[in-house]
Amino acid sequence: MSLQLHYVRKCYREPDGRALPVLGIEHYQLSQGEQAALIGSSGCGKTTLLNVISGILLPDTGQVEVSGTDIAQLPEVVRDRFRAEKIGFIFQTFNLLPGFTALENVLLGMTFSRGRTDRTFAESLLERVGLKDRRHHRPARMSVGEQQRVSVARSLANRPALLLADEPTANVDPANQELILNLIRHTCGEHKVTLLMVTHAVEVAETFDRVDRLQDFNHPESAVREVTA
Amino acid sequence: MSLFSIAWKSIRERGLASTLTALSVTLGVMLMVVVLVISGAVNAAFSQRTIAYDLIVGHQRGGELPLVLSAVYRVQPASENLPYLYYKQLKEDRRVVSAVPFAFGDVTEKGFFPLVGTTSEYFENDYTPGEKFRIRGKRINGYFDAIIGSEVARRNDWDLGSQFQIQHGGAESTHVHNEMFTVVAVIQQTGTPNDRTVFVNIEGFYAIAGHETPLNEVEARLKNFYASDPARLKIALDQITAAKTLEETEAAAGHDAHHHHEIPDAAKEVTAVLIRTRPLTEFPFDAIYLSSELKEGYQAMAVNPMKPIRKLMNDVLGNVKKGLIVLTGMIILVSGVSIFVSIYNSMADRRREIGIMRALGARRGSVFGIVLAESVVLCVGGGLLGWLFGHGLAVAAAPYVTAQTGLLLDPWAIDSMEFILFPVLLALAVLVGILPATTAYRTDVADALSS
Repeated sequence: MSLQLHYVRKCYREPDGRALPVLGIEHYQLSQGEQAALIGSSGCGKTTLLNVISGILLPDTGQVEVSGTDIAQLPEVVRDRFRAEKIGFIFQTFNLLPGFTALENVLLGMTFSRGRTDRTFAESLLERVGLKDRRHHRPARMSVGEQQRVSVARSLANRPALLLADEPTANVDPANQELILNLIRHTCGEHKVTLLMVTHAVEVAETFDRVDRLQDFNHPESAVREVTA
Repeated sequence: MSLFSIAWKSIRERGLASTLTALSVTLGVMLMVVVLVISGAVNAAFSQRTIAYDLIVGHQRGGELPLVLSAVYRVQPASENLPYLYYKQLKEDRRVVSAVPFAFGDVTEKGFFPLVGTTSEYFENDYTPGEKFRIRGKRINGYFDAIIGSEVARRNDWDLGSQFQIQHGGAESTHVHNEMFTVVAVIQQTGTPNDRTVFVNIEGFYAIAGHETPLNEVEARLKNFYASDPARLKIALDQITAAKTLEETEAAAGHDAHHHHEIPDAAKEVTAVLIRTRPLTEFPFDAIYLSSELKEGYQAMAVNPMKPIRKLMNDVLGNVKKGLIVLTGMIILVSGVSIFVSIYNSMADRRREIGIMRALGARRGSVFGIVLAESVVLCVGGGLLGWLFGHGLAVAAAPYVTAQTGLLLDPWAIDSMEFILFPVLLALAVLVGILPATTAYRTDVADALSS
C-alpha cells in the first residue's frame, strides 16, 4: 500500500479552548500507483487531510502510513526530510516563490531532499510540462496556467511515491484545466506515483476511476469522542 | 542550491529595502576605514619613522614636548637655547656618530614656513631610518642659500633661483629682515615636516641682522650653563672678551653696529642638537648613558624623540581616534538595527514563502539558516563594500590630502582594527538576524500556507 490511514483523529482548538473536530477517519487507503479524486463540501476537512497525510499537521491519534512508514511517529526533522523525498505537493494557488525562476523553483524542491540538485532532470520536467523555453522566467512573467505547470514540475522533482494535489485546476481556465489534469495524471501513471487529488470540479472528478467523498469516510464526531474520552 | 543562494534571491526580491540597509552598513564601515587610514597616517607621521635621530638635545628649561615639537615638527621655537659650543662638545663625544645643530626661529615672509638654520650634515643623514633625502639642486655654500621642502616649493611656487625674505619671529610679526635668500635646492616630498621647512646655512642664520644676542647677555647665560665646568667656561668667556674688545674697537672707529664680522662660536646659540649615536645593535646603551650624563652638569637635556610624541599621541590623538572609532562603531550598530528592522518587517510578508519551503521539505533549521544568511549577507556584504569604498576613497583622496596637509596617506594600509571588523560584523549579523530567524523557525506551516 502507498497510503494507509488508521483511526486518524484531528481536532483544532477554538480560542475558548474547546475542541473543534475536523477529521475522524477509521480507515482509508490507496494502493501504489492508484489515482483518486477526493471531493467534499467546503470546510469538510479536505485540506486538513492532505496536511495530515503530508506530515505538515500531526493527527491527535492514529496512524498515517506513507510507503509503509508511519510519518506521525517520525521526529520532525526526519518527517520534513521524508516529506521532501516521498511526497509531492501541488497547491491550489501554485505557491511558487516569486524571486525564483521556473527552473529555480523546481530545483528548490530538490534542495530540501538530499541537498543535491539535478539540473538536467529539472529541465526535463519543465520540458515535459511544455515550459522549456520559459525556464528562466519568474512567476510574475508567466500566465496562471504556466505557473501551475511549474508547480506540477516542482512536485515531481524528487520522484515522489505520493502526490497530493489540492484543487490544482481551480484557478486556471478550462483549456489549461484539461492540460494540467492530463499532465498530472499521465505523469503519475507513467512513474507509478500514487495520486490523491482534492477537487470541487465535477468534470475533473469524473475523469477518475476512483472518486472518494470525504464525508463518506470522515466522521469528525468520532474524533470528539476520542479526544474527550 | 545553497542556503546562501536562496537567501541572496530573497534579498534581491526586496531590492530597494535590502540595498538601503546594506548601504547603511557600507557607509558606517567606509567611515571607519577612512578614520583608520587617516589615523594610521597621523600615527606614522608622529612615529619613529619621522626622524632618524636617537636623541634631541635641548635646554632643560624648555620641557621635553616643546623641544620635540620644535626640533622635529617645527611647531614652535624653544624658549631657551643651547650654546653653540655645547654642540661642538657633543660632536666630539666618541659615542656620537652625528651631531647636527638646529637653529629654529623665523618664518618666510610668504606662506610663513618655518626657517631652520643647520649644516649640510642634516641632509647627509637619513630623514627617516633608511630613507635618504633626494634633493634637486646644489649644496648650501653661501650665507643666504636656502634649501626648501617640496610643500614650500609648491605652495609658494618657488623653484631654484627663487629669492625670498624672512620675517622675524612668527607669522604675527611685522618685522621683515632685509637679507635676501636664494633657493639653491628643492627637497623631494618626504611626507615629513621637512616638506614644510626652509633650511638655510646656520652661519647665514647667525648673520641675519638682529639674530645676534648682546654679548653681556651671552656671557651671563654661559656662566649659568657652564657653572659646573670652569675649564670650558673659561674658553667661552675668553672668546666673549675678545669679541667685546673687537666691538669696542670698531665702535671707537665709528663702524656701523650691524657691520658683519665673524661671530665667535661662544656667542652663537642653537635651538637643539640632533644626535645619532653608534649603532644600537653594537652599543645598545649609548643613547641611554648619554642621555643620563647630559642631565648632570649642564643645563641640558636629551630626549628620545619618541617618548613625548607617544605621550602626545596617547593623550590627545589616541583619544580622538578612539572617539571617532566609537562614533563609527555606533553608526555600524545603528545599521545593524536597521537590518534587523528590515528583515523583521519582511517576515510578515514572507510567512507564506517560509510555509511553502517547509511544505517542500525544508527543515526548521533550514529556514532559520536562510534568514540568518540574509542578515549575514547584508551585514558582511555591506561591510565588505564599505571596506573597499573606504580604501578606494583613501586612494582617491590621498593626493589631495597630501597636497593640503603634507600627510602621506597609505590607502591600502590595513589597521589591526580591520582584522576584527569582519568578525564583529558577523557577530552583529547573527545578533540582529537571530530574532527574525527564530520567527521563521517557529512558523506554523499549515497556518502560513492558508494565510
